[in-house]
Amino acid sequence: MSVSIEPTSVTAVSDDSAPAKGAKNEQALRPHAEDAFAQELQALAAADDRPRPARWKMSPWAVATYLLGGTLDDGTVISPKYVGPRRIVEVAVTTLATDRALLLLGVPGTAKTWVSEHLAAAVSGDSTLLVQGTAGTPEEAIRYGWNYAQLLAHGPSRDALVPSPVMRAMGEGTIARVEELTRIPADVQDTLITILSEKTLPIPELGEEVQAVRGFNLIATANDRDRGVNDLSSALRRRFNTVVLPLPESPEAEVEIVSRRVDQLGRSLELPQAPDGIDEIRRVVTVFRELRDGLTTDGRTKLKTPSGTLSTAEAISVVTNGLALAAHFGDGVLRPADVAAGILGAVVRDPAADRVIWQEYLETVVRERDGWKDFYRACREVSA
Amino acid sequence: MSGSHALPLLLGVRHHGPGSARAVRAALDAVRPRAVLIEGPPEADALVPLVGDEEMRPPVALLAHAVDEPGRSAFWPLAEFSPEWVALRWAVENGVPARFVDLPATHVLALQGEEGTEEGAVEGADPADGGEAGSRPGDGPDGPDGVGGTGEEGETEGRAADMRVDPLAVLADAAGYDDPERWWEDVVEHRGAGEDPLAPFAAVEEAMGALREAYGTGGHDRDPVREAYMRLQVRAARKEFGDGIAVVCGAWHVPALRRKSTVAADRALLKGLPKVKTEMTWVPWTHRRLSRFSGYGAGIDSPGWYGHLFSAPDRPVERWMTKVAGLLREEDLHVSSAHVIEAVRLAETLAVMRGRPLPGLGETVDAVRAVMCEGSDVPLELVRDRLIVGDLLGEVPSTAPSVPLRRDLERQQRALRLKPEALERELELDLRKENDAARSRLLHRLRLLSVGWGEPTASRGGTGTFRETWRLRWEPELAVRVAEAGVWGTTVLAAAAATARAESDACDATALADVTALAERCLLADLPDALPTVMRALADRAALDTDVAHLAAALPALVRTLRYGDVRGTDTGALAEVAAGLAERIFVGLPPACTALDTEAATEMRRHVDAVHAAVGLLGGVPAVDPDGMRSRWHGVLGKLAARDTAAGVLRGRSVRLLLDDGALDTEEAARRMGLVLSPGTEPADAASWIEGFVGGGSGGLLLVHDERLLGLVDTWLTGVPAESFTDVLPLLRRTFSAYEPGVRRSLGELVRRGPAAGGGTAAAPAPGFAEDLDAARADAVLPVVRLLLGLDPDLDQDQRPDGPPDDSVEAAA
Repeated sequence: MSVSIEPTSVTAVSDDSAPAKGAKNEQALRPHAEDAFAQELQALAAADDRPRPARWKMSPWAVATYLLGGTLDDGTVISPKYVGPRRIVEVAVTTLATDRALLLLGVPGTAKTWVSEHLAAAVSGDSTLLVQGTAGTPEEAIRYGWNYAQLLAHGPSRDALVPSPVMRAMGEGTIARVEELTRIPADVQDTLITILSEKTLPIPELGEEVQAVRGFNLIATANDRDRGVNDLSSALRRRFNTVVLPLPESPEAEVEIVSRRVDQLGRSLELPQAPDGIDEIRRVVTVFRELRDGLTTDGRTKLKTPSGTLSTAEAISVVTNGLALAAHFGDGVLRPADVAAGILGAVVRDPAADRVIWQEYLETVVRERDGWKDFYRACREVSA
Repeated sequence: MSGSHALPLLLGVRHHGPGSARAVRAALDAVRPRAVLIEGPPEADALVPLVGDEEMRPPVALLAHAVDEPGRSAFWPLAEFSPEWVALRWAVENGVPARFVDLPATHVLALQGEEGTEEGAVEGADPADGGEAGSRPGDGPDGPDGVGGTGEEGETEGRAADMRVDPLAVLADAAGYDDPERWWEDVVEHRGAGEDPLAPFAAVEEAMGALREAYGTGGHDRDPVREAYMRLQVRAARKEFGDGIAVVCGAWHVPALRRKSTVAADRALLKGLPKVKTEMTWVPWTHRRLSRFSGYGAGIDSPGWYGHLFSAPDRPVERWMTKVAGLLREEDLHVSSAHVIEAVRLAETLAVMRGRPLPGLGETVDAVRAVMCEGSDVPLELVRDRLIVGDLLGEVPSTAPSVPLRRDLERQQRALRLKPEALERELELDLRKENDAARSRLLHRLRLLSVGWGEPTASRGGTGTFRETWRLRWEPELAVRVAEAGVWGTTVLAAAAATARAESDACDATALADVTALAERCLLADLPDALPTVMRALADRAALDTDVAHLAAALPALVRTLRYGDVRGTDTGALAEVAAGLAERIFVGLPPACTALDTEAATEMRRHVDAVHAAVGLLGGVPAVDPDGMRSRWHGVLGKLAARDTAAGVLRGRSVRLLLDDGALDTEEAARRMGLVLSPGTEPADAASWIEGFVGGGSGGLLLVHDERLLGLVDTWLTGVPAESFTDVLPLLRRTFSAYEPGVRRSLGELVRRGPAAGGGTAAAPAPGFAEDLDAARADAVLPVVRLLLGLDPDLDQDQRPDGPPDDSVEAAA
């Protein structure tokens, strides 16, 4: 089957299939952002009277509101998709409005993919033009491939061409997404250079080219910790504006994120509810934050930082793990002992250096802290 | 032109606002007043001509200080982009008289004293902080200058000022801005020059008028007095120069100056104000001190950016981005012109999206981060440090009056009868005498200020801690040093404390020992205010230092300092805490650090283990530390070390020995361990180094003399060493045993000659000349003499250290 890259026909197709898509999504394990939040997007687009860049579904201001949340004049409540500094979202949206591509950087678990999906959904109404970067991503995934049956039967023609998501986005003037850009081999990465600087994709086999339509742009995500695996060439790097997604700023925000997520996960895993979990969650978050920042929360003592990332996502998994332990082997209440082993595993990645760091932390910070006796003892037990 | 505005011309500004400064210049050029009145202390009138001096470069500050009490001082900082500075320059360039019209410093300083800002408190604070504490009424919580808000940081008066109105916040809130600073920038600072140079002032005056109507003085209690004084001065100036005068003052005061009030009423307000004799001078200032980051100063967070806005002739954002690119290139970061273009575009688009008229600092920083710094905050910090704040250091002509630090030094020299003499001489100080102790403190403080008047030398008269010897020599260039140090504060004490704090910040991360030394110097110079900062720095360095050897090297010095501080009667609670923290870190890090060491490193480490052991023992006597817990944890560490096969033999042996000495290990166990190591399975070289660790050092021989079982073990092992290995272990053994006293060696030799049969399995036979047990009566007889020797009153000793073991007191006295 050939996919047309004419913008008009694509619009027609998506219009036709909209109800069917909606019905299908009832069953989907995880609906796309534009489907899950269709109502909010519609309300925003309706209320938005600011100038929109070409082919944008709403103005940059409305996109920022969609991500950060807010209440519209007509009373529609927009839920926040991203909890973090406003500045970051503003820079990201503004970048998409210029002709520079957007690179979202961050340690694992900082909602890079989540932000990129929602940006694409809000700007273009379509978050599905996605290239997943892996060590084996071929050039075809970024440029185009061939339908060999067609090619053999009819020779090279536009019909035999299988466009990549990036190529389709260029033709439609929408946002394309590349996940884990730095995992893609360097030579494949560099095919993006022409696309991003000349905004065109030549097809030498046909003597043609696809020129990007206004509204096209690209959001790439890359993992901070993968630095050095396949670093971007400086030529490519120059085509991107970089936004680093930080870890949650305040402990409260992080506790909130962790407990909300743990709650969701727990329900889907059908774990029993833990009544006093919040104290343990706060403790886990505190430990993670302190070690990550290299500073105690009271700001009085500096700490060494272990080699693990200690992201919010890891905190979530430690707590979920602890809940499972408590539910199946304990008395159903999340206790220090249930999280201690998980924390140890998350912190001590390098058995020599990290262990010293962890023990130093235990002896100089945890031991002295009021109300942390049980936790200290539990940690001592598992660390010994 | 002059007909279109109310008379006299009142130019309401925000201190350090570049937009205000531009507007002031435009207004002055347009109106050409016959005299310029400026908010500031009238005592500085005589210093106005210096503004035009060739050598005068802003940022500078007017400094007022009480003559008899240099610690009591106030600063009025002025940058190139300060409206007041612009007005001063304009007046000097155009030959128009300029006068300061604010409440005289003589009252300000007197009031500052009355408000209970004790000398000590002021001196303890940062120099500028002390100065500004409650004393910069013109700058702190008033008017748009309140935005700058000295009130926010480090101002003693400001701390009580929570209820005060921030007029800008009120206006910004009304305009729908959440950030007052941004509002003021958008409306005033970033506005280009309009048609009428006076229009912005009229608008600001109107807004402030409405605010003053609603809030009165807004909680700034001293304002009515100051404003009364200003009104009187304005009236006097109008009498002298006619109506053609201009007044440059904080916008907040404009409505009050416009208000009609009688001379009598104003005079009444000023009646009975306290006075103190003051002097004024210009001092150099820095951009860093203008910035809020450093915790004091006039309180703007981006002096460099403001300076740029003021000096850039046009296209400020483009010029700024070019500057940033230049800086980053100097640091070898690749920034091309394309980057600059993209950064400018992003900043402008961001400004549009945020609904601002022009990109402000926030937009440019965001754009620089996203485009030039690849999202990283590290190069951005550089930009912030070098450009947004900036390193600019002001200069003051040499003809400016001398700094108060010099006066303070002279005063102290007189008080302590310590005359500066060019001839070198030696000075013996007995620290038990009040005057000598004060002299020592002064000299130590001057040393911290790099005023090398005195150099400490080794005492000839013995090693007592209460004696110090100095070599004194006053050289003329020291006066220059004193003047330079004037930046740090107005008194020797305050300046030394500030230097120590700055130094502790400056020490780089590896120099743990440097910070320890600094702490020691702070104690010597008696700078209790600086000590917490230094301690913080020390604790931070210790926390980040991964090299246990560094930590172990720092601990003994620290513990010594602790002991020494006790002798001087300084409060050393913080020090004890840091020392305890350091010890804990060593405990955790020591066992892994002792593995896989070569001989040299192991010997080095053994010294550290010994030093830490001694330090832990000393720490036991410090009340803030939980001695039992610490000691038992240390024993745990030693136990771990002793059992760790990968640790060098000398360290394992040493650990067992230290445990044995402390009674944490009984002889049985020690013998078992020794037997284990000396069993045939162990490499002879390893065993020999274990022995070196165990019985090496001065007292090791006696141990062997007294415990024949141990001696027997060594003997058995030694005779069992194969011939080919014997030559290898011989040097080690020789090193171990040759360190013993000749007497001990002889006893050992006798014991060995008598043969191992006496030792072995049976109970240790008494050595020749020794009984089975202690003869208590004879031992007691010695005690009085020992007490006498140590100078200890037994009763007192009991009181002070109810459970301190006697050996502890011995060490303290030593």
